[in-house]
This record gives sequence, structure tokens and C-alpha cells, in this order.
Amino acid sequence: MAKAEFEVPELTEYTEVPKLEVGAMAHAKSFVAAPEFQQALNFKGELQDGWEQEVIDHMGDLLGKYRSLQVYLDSCVKCGACTDKCHYYLGTKDPKNMPVARQDLLRKVYRRYFTFAGKYFPKLVGATDLTREVLDDWYSYFHQCSQCRRCSVFCPYGIDTAEISMAAREIMDRIGLGQKYCNEIIGKVFRIGNNLGLPGPALEDTLEGLEEDVFDETGVEVKYPIDQKGAEILLVTPSADFFAEPHVDGLIGYGKVFHEAGVSWTLSSKASEAANFGMFIGSYENMRRISMRIREAALELGVKRIVFGECGHAWRVAYSFLNTLAGPFDFLDPKYPVPQHILEFTWGEMQKGTLNIDKSLNDDLVLTYHDSCNVARGSRMGTEPGGQFTIPRNVIKAVCNNFVDMAPETIHEKTFCCGGGGGLLTDDLMELRVKGAKPRMDALQNVIEEHGVTNMAAICAICKAQFTKVLPYYGMGMDMIMSVHQLVSNAIILTGQVTEDDDDESAEDAA
Amino acid sequence: MSFLTIAFVALFYIATLILVVGLARRIRLYWKTPAPLKIPTTPAPTTQSGVALRMFREVVFFESLFKSTKWTWLFGWVFHMALFAVLFRHLRYFQEPVWAPVAFVSPLFKYLAFAMVIGLLGLLARRMLVDRVRYITAPSDILMLLLLLGIGVTGALTTFVAHTDVVAVKSFFRHLMTFNFETMPNVPTDPLMVVHLLLVGVLMIIFPISKLLHAPGVFFSPSRNQVDNPREQRHVSDWAKKLEN
Repeated sequence: MAKAEFEVPELTEYTEVPKLEVGAMAHAKSFVAAPEFQQALNFKGELQDGWEQEVIDHMGDLLGKYRSLQVYLDSCVKCGACTDKCHYYLGTKDPKNMPVARQDLLRKVYRRYFTFAGKYFPKLVGATDLTREVLDDWYSYFHQCSQCRRCSVFCPYGIDTAEISMAAREIMDRIGLGQKYCNEIIGKVFRIGNNLGLPGPALEDTLEGLEEDVFDETGVEVKYPIDQKGAEILLVTPSADFFAEPHVDGLIGYGKVFHEAGVSWTLSSKASEAANFGMFIGSYENMRRISMRIREAALELGVKRIVFGECGHAWRVAYSFLNTLAGPFDFLDPKYPVPQHILEFTWGEMQKGTLNIDKSLNDDLVLTYHDSCNVARGSRMGTEPGGQFTIPRNVIKAVCNNFVDMAPETIHEKTFCCGGGGGLLTDDLMELRVKGAKPRMDALQNVIEEHGVTNMAAICAICKAQFTKVLPYYGMGMDMIMSVHQLVSNAIILTGQVTEDDDDESAEDAA
Repeated sequence: MSFLTIAFVALFYIATLILVVGLARRIRLYWKTPAPLKIPTTPAPTTQSGVALRMFREVVFFESLFKSTKWTWLFGWVFHMALFAVLFRHLRYFQEPVWAPVAFVSPLFKYLAFAMVIGLLGLLARRMLVDRVRYITAPSDILMLLLLLGIGVTGALTTFVAHTDVVAVKSFFRHLMTFNFETMPNVPTDPLMVVHLLLVGVLMIIFPISKLLHAPGVFFSPSRNQVDNPREQRHVSDWAKKLEN
């Protein structure tokens, strides 16, 4: 088990709703962005005198730009429906991690400066002046929200805490109090092209290496092209897919599927990142700027379709916002939705029968599937509502004989966040990440004990990285987490692939 | 006219003005404020009629609250539905002749005052007993429930225990509605009726400046009222268009 400087929660059969522990996570503060990283995103470098008025001005600006913010700040009746729905509350017991209490950090200031009741009867309606303590609370607790939208499923008015925390982060960014993790990463995307800062030549090397690996394993020349003009499909995938485990096994899988489908495809060194952290910081401008790279890459390469790899929030931005932010995509083939998810593509090929699958190759595994929050509650796949739940499961079941779902209150639209989404996947928030994973770990532990589940598949780079890190804290193996296309890759028999026996021999030779 | 009657004339004109103008301004604000991105909580309907159905389930059955917590749903739903039924029945105090459906349900719907009060008591109990809900409760949240309880209890008492001169009350409101001050009768002075009318006036006044804005708010909630079609249609707001130039 990994070492921890905090108490790792005991897993329970059902995730129980804890009693409040006021201030339990007040100490959790992710690092603040340095001025140079702030300025790269057109934000103020650091906090300056007079920031109080700036906060109020920016809040007023956002209230005029976002109906969600205005309506959500007004409409909450404090019914408490959301109070036991946030994984961070369930895992940390800190009442400020209850969605309504998190919103109230902003709402009490909104009421004080923008509403009649708050201006004249602040105590009555819980309105407070904006002070440094309030701002510090904002910084701490709006960086303890993974913007997973689980609360919005249960709110009778659909109030989405993600919208509030995005607005709060944007206000803090504008006054010079940004978060290091998110803002440094966005800077890297602008400078180099992806979150991990991998330059084009490094990507080429990596992809060549993958081609060699797949050839050694299968005897088939599967290509992993980059910047190939005239290819039909532009694949945009999270940069973790280029080297991290288990992400890269997913990338190998996409390549095999494209190969078997007989379509030409390419990655782009310019748009070598699907992630769009502009959403996490609530910045329309930055989100748009990041999205425009994809449009530019598609135009430069002359592709006909855009397909996104396995990434949760990236798929939300791609599915829900890309057309709005960087469209119209009238230069692409109108036969296909823009963009498409790799699972839509793979499921389509499976239905056409172009893939030769041997399910028994995954017989050593008993799988469960983790619905990623942004895919589940912020996007769709296919033509029917809920396709984001059925299509990934259809693909898994098409390549695995053993599949079990976790408890119904922890999957589909009620899925629990992995604990690391929304710009929190940073080591300075490790305690939060471990504790926030508890509800998912509870559900996973249950299917391990009851159904002998050996592995959990996911389609989000953040989920995969988070689980890799957090599973050991709960005494589980970090390699339990798998990419869905890793499973596809395992089970696919490529045209002309050397037989299993040959394969075994060559593996022995190598060993 | 008695002093009390004059006071109520003033109260109800002012309260109505504040309610109507205040709500209209708020609704206009919600209407005018752009929603620059598609953010329905998915799975979401892919058609406008699907959205109408989703909103209908939300407003009539409190679908999301039902998913969340059964006790809050039970008390909240019972309170709201009873309130609407009782309000509907109250039309008889403003109409001459009384609309047939109102007259028809009247004898039955008057008992729903009890359901309304029970629902409110349940919500109040939950607010005080559940530690999480207590934590998020401001004084105004308690006062709002007490205000509604006051209206419900005084109303029920005038109906079931100490009958008021309801003919005079109705005549007063008919005159008020037609701006006819010459033959306006005095408002009955029994305390239950006075308190009932006073609290209703207060409720009307605070409606547009309180959390009661959830009533119009729910219809403007982007996570509930948007069609899930972002790949088919762009959704660019006016302020975002400026970024494209």
C-alpha cells in the first residue's frame, strides 16, 4: 500500500453519508500560478490592491454573460438534495464540499453586492462581505470541485456546481489568483501543442516505436502516422496516450481499428492534444483558442473527418462545444458527425463486421466499466440519448466474455468521479484525490468481492492517470485500470496476423 | 373605510405591483442573459418537444428531486401540489360568477390545506434535524417556511374553526380589482383573517427578491431546458460572436 500523510478512508460496502467535520479540508490548497503563466493566458500576473472591486466587477461581467450563473445563483432553495451527492463530501466529510455549500461561497458574495435582500438584510439571507478569508475559501474549495456535474442530476432546478466553480475560477484567474496546474498546462498547449509538452520530433519517435512494437507482436505493419496530409481522418487524442500506461495501449488499439477498417488517418503535431483545460478554468476565450488548433490542423491536413480518442472532459468540449467554438466544419464530410468519438467509430466498424475479434483473448479478465463524468453527464455518443453508456459497454462486451457493472447508483448518469477530474490531477491535491475516490473504490471493491472483477476499463485519460495513482492507496493494483481500446487491441486479429502459436514462440524467444 | 381597510388597500396594490414588476424584470433578465454554450445535463432530449416533456416531468413530478431524496421529495411535492390546488380554489374569492371547475373542486380541495401544512412541517423538521441541511440553512430559509405555515394555518383555521365573513372578504377584493372605492366594504377584523391577508401580502412582496425565484428559474435552467444537438447546430452567443472577428 502506498504511503500516505493522511488517513486513507476505510472502504465500506455502501458509501455511507458521513457526519459533518467542519474545516476537514480547509488546508487543501493547490499551488498558485506564477505571474508568467498567468500572463501567457492573458490574465493578470498576481493579486493587487483593489482586488475586491475587481472581483465584483468581474462577477457582474460573468452574470451578464452566462444565464446559468445568474439563474443558478438565484434559484437555490437550500433543499439539501445535493448535500450527499458529491464524492468529495462523501470522502472528506468537509461540509464545504457539499455542492450547495460550495456554491454558497460565491452566492453569499453575490447576494451581498447584487441583490436587494443581501444589501439591506445580509445576516438574514446569509450574505457576507468579500474579504481575504472569503477569497482564500474560494481558492481552496473551488479547487476541490472536479466539475463532474453529479449534483446537477439531483437538483430540482438542475443547478450545476461546475458552472459556479468555473465562474469562480475565471474570476480568480482574472484578478491574478490562478491555479498553477491548469494554467501551466494551458501555456504548454499554446507553446508546444500538448499538455505534456511533447514536441513534434518526440511524438514521431514514439509513434515509430509503436509501429515496431505492433509489428513485432503481430507481424503486421500497422501505421501510426502524424502530420500526413490528405488523410481521411484526423485523430485528436490526449497526449497521455503517447506514452503513459494504460493510455498508450488504447492508442495502439485505435491504430489497429483504423488499419482493419481500411481508412487513412493521421495525428497532428499542432493539435497533439485532445484535452482542453480552458473548460476547467471557465475561460471561454482560452477554451476557444485551444479548440481553434483543431480546426486549423484539420484545414492544413485536408482531412474529411475528426475523431477524438479516449478522454472524458475533452469529449465534452469536443461533443458539446467544438462546433460552437471553432465551427462551422462545413469543409468536412457531412456524412459524419463532427466530431466523432473513437468508440462511435469502433462500434460502427463492429456492426459492419470489418473487425475480426477473438473474445477469448480477454478471458483472463473480468471487467467492469467506469463511466467518466464528463462523458456521462456532459455529452453523448451515437444518435440516442444514453448512447454514451451503451456504446462503450457494447464495445467491451464485443471483445470480452466477462463483464459486470458496478452498483446502479454509481454508474451511468449517477456515476462517481474518479476523484481527479476538473483540473485537480496534481500531486499537491493528493489527499483530496485519494479521499474523493472513495465512493468509486467502494463500488469497485464490491464487484471485486462479489463477482471476482479483475480490471476496470475507462475512456478518460484523467481517470486512467488518477486510478493508476490512487488504487494502491486502497490496496489494489495500479494496473487494474485499462483503456477500452486496450481490450479491443487485445482481442482484434489483424488481417495477416501471425497465428497465436507463432506469437507465443516469438514471445518466448524474446524472453 | 376603516383604517385597516385602507391599510390593506395600500398593501395589496403595492404588493401586486412589486410582485408583477419584480417578477417581470427578473424573467426579462433571465431571458436576455445569453447561454453561450450547450450544457444540458445528459442524457438529454434531442428535440424541442423532448425538452418540453423533460421540463413537464421536472415541474409537475419533481423528477430530479425524486431521484435524490425520497423524504424531501415527498414533503416538497405534497406541499407544492397542495399549494397549487388551494390557490386554484382561491379563485372563487375573486370571480363573479365562480368558474364552474373552481366551484366543483372547492368542497374537496379545502382539505388540501392540511396536506400543505403537513408538507411544510416535514420540510421544517428536515431543515432542523438533518445536520447537512441545518448547515446550509440561513435564517431566511426558516422564516420562509414559517411564513408559509402561517398562511396555511390561518387559512385553514378560518375555513374549519373560526369562520370569517368570507362574503365581505370577497367583496373587498372584487372592489380592489375593479378600482371601485366608493362602495368598498371593510375587511373583517377577526385576527385570523387579518394575519392571513397580511402574510400573503408579505409573501407577494418578497417573492421577486428571494429564493422563491426558483419558480421562474427552473424554466430558464440551461441544464434542463436545452436540446442536446450541439454537433448539428452551432450555438454562438452575441458576445462570443465578437471573438470570431
